[in-house]
Amino acid sequence: MSVQDTAAPLASTPTVRTETSGRAARPLRKLPVQRDWPTWALVITQVGILVGAIAFWEIGARAGWIDAFFWSQPSAIFNTLIIFFTAGDAWTDIGFTFRSTILGFLIGTTAGSLLGLSFWWSRNYAAIVQPYIICFESIPKLALAPLIVLVFGIGLPSKVAIACALTIVVSTLTTYAGVKALDPDGEKLFYSLGATRMQVFRKLVVPACLPWIISVLRVNIGLALTGAIVGEFIASQHGLGRAILYAGQTYDIALVWVAVLVLSTLAVAMYAAVSWLESVLRKGVRQ
Amino acid sequence: MPAPKLCVDNVSMTFKTGPTSDNPAGIFHALAPVTVAIPQGRFVSLIGPSGCGKSTIFNIIAGLQEPTGGKVIIDDVDATGTIGRVGYMLQKDLLLPWRTVLDNVILGMEIQGVPLAEARARALPLLQRYGLAGFEYLYPSALSGGMRQRAALLRTLLFDTDVILLDEPFGALDAQTKLQMQEWLLQLWSDFSKTVLFVTHDVEEAIYLSDEVHVMATRPGRIIETIPVPLPRPRQRTSALTPDFLAIKERCLTLLNVNGAAVRPIDEAA
Repeated sequence: MSVQDTAAPLASTPTVRTETSGRAARPLRKLPVQRDWPTWALVITQVGILVGAIAFWEIGARAGWIDAFFWSQPSAIFNTLIIFFTAGDAWTDIGFTFRSTILGFLIGTTAGSLLGLSFWWSRNYAAIVQPYIICFESIPKLALAPLIVLVFGIGLPSKVAIACALTIVVSTLTTYAGVKALDPDGEKLFYSLGATRMQVFRKLVVPACLPWIISVLRVNIGLALTGAIVGEFIASQHGLGRAILYAGQTYDIALVWVAVLVLSTLAVAMYAAVSWLESVLRKGVRQ
Repeated sequence: MPAPKLCVDNVSMTFKTGPTSDNPAGIFHALAPVTVAIPQGRFVSLIGPSGCGKSTIFNIIAGLQEPTGGKVIIDDVDATGTIGRVGYMLQKDLLLPWRTVLDNVILGMEIQGVPLAEARARALPLLQRYGLAGFEYLYPSALSGGMRQRAALLRTLLFDTDVILLDEPFGALDAQTKLQMQEWLLQLWSDFSKTVLFVTHDVEEAIYLSDEVHVMATRPGRIIETIPVPLPRPRQRTSALTPDFLAIKERCLTLLNVNGAAVRPIDEAA
């Protein structure tokens, strides 16, 4: 339509022609297109960057333009890694950090989810408690870590407690958000069928909030690990956090890198495990 | 006339809103005293503009809201404010996404304490007979809108009460599906001999389905006229073209003030 409307008077009237000539001056552009590389090319590039960086680091340290005292070097780190696992405390440290992380994660997530769900039972109770939860959320919990270590001692419990403190608030607030997002008509349906409050809770509130509870698992595993490591930084006899701190204080930079490497591997493994757990649970609750 | 199955006796609902210039008493009448008596096995519809209190009446009958005045009487017993006495289907299907169709349909029985295996055994033949065969073990997300409404309606029926309240069950369906669902509903109604109270915006739907249509008005919500529908059953679609049907429809539309004439709200007229 519009093409014809403008095209018809084009030949006859010069005013229209100037207008269209202005239009013709617009640059002709094509839709930008990105070409996707094949997967193997991406992987080769990724590996290449890693190998290149390590090679640059090693060569630089040997040639002297990277200070190996401060930065260490890949070959030394590799040797230390072997020693850490064969003669050192690798497994004790990994086990200690792993245990405090998992315990803190489980306790914090469970307690937080239950707390969040409990707000469904009473609006008054929720209104009274909520400001405290939000206050607690805004406190940088790691600032409380020295206090927690004083109270719970330098063993495992203090690490678990810090990991808990970090995870519980996230779970509580997310689960409570789930409770608030419940469709009131759902409750109406249940009550019209003569349900008790407990039946509504078990058959409606809990299943409806499960996706919310599950959605924080991956965030919480990372937070729990952070909590455990900070606890070990402050005072501990074991753990990867302690290993990093000890190595730094004794200028054993290679050991710092080794501990960081092992810690990262642990973190990735736990994250992958929780992601898997999440996908299994999601299938279980069907949402 | 036999004793009514369900009797809504002078039920009213008021809210305190605080005094304003046009409402010095500060009381908002959501529902003026409304009285409806429905004999066993009847199909009765409420039609009216939005905000006329249809859903409020339903909530009061289902015991989900206490009326500020009046009583709900079911089987000669005062049932005001008690839940679980009637089947109530809300506008949304409210199927639980984490349950299969079968497990959704037995929700009422499950809540009433019927053992799971028995509830499922009772529900399965009904699902198969009433158009949900092959869907029993699917989750609601796999169902079309019409199928979801069927499941929700079967859930209401399987709750096994004599009275069922249907709040615009087909409001969100396309015209074609809606017609099919109306036939399906009439089939269920005659098979189960329930007493049905039906809310709709659709005048033709109300007349086609009902034995009696109550026309409501707003501010305050009230019944302005009760129109019997003497058309013989089973009804044909074409009966919507008969003079009797059209006369009832015309009366309803006039009462509903569709062309901006006639019935004004009481408080404006006063």
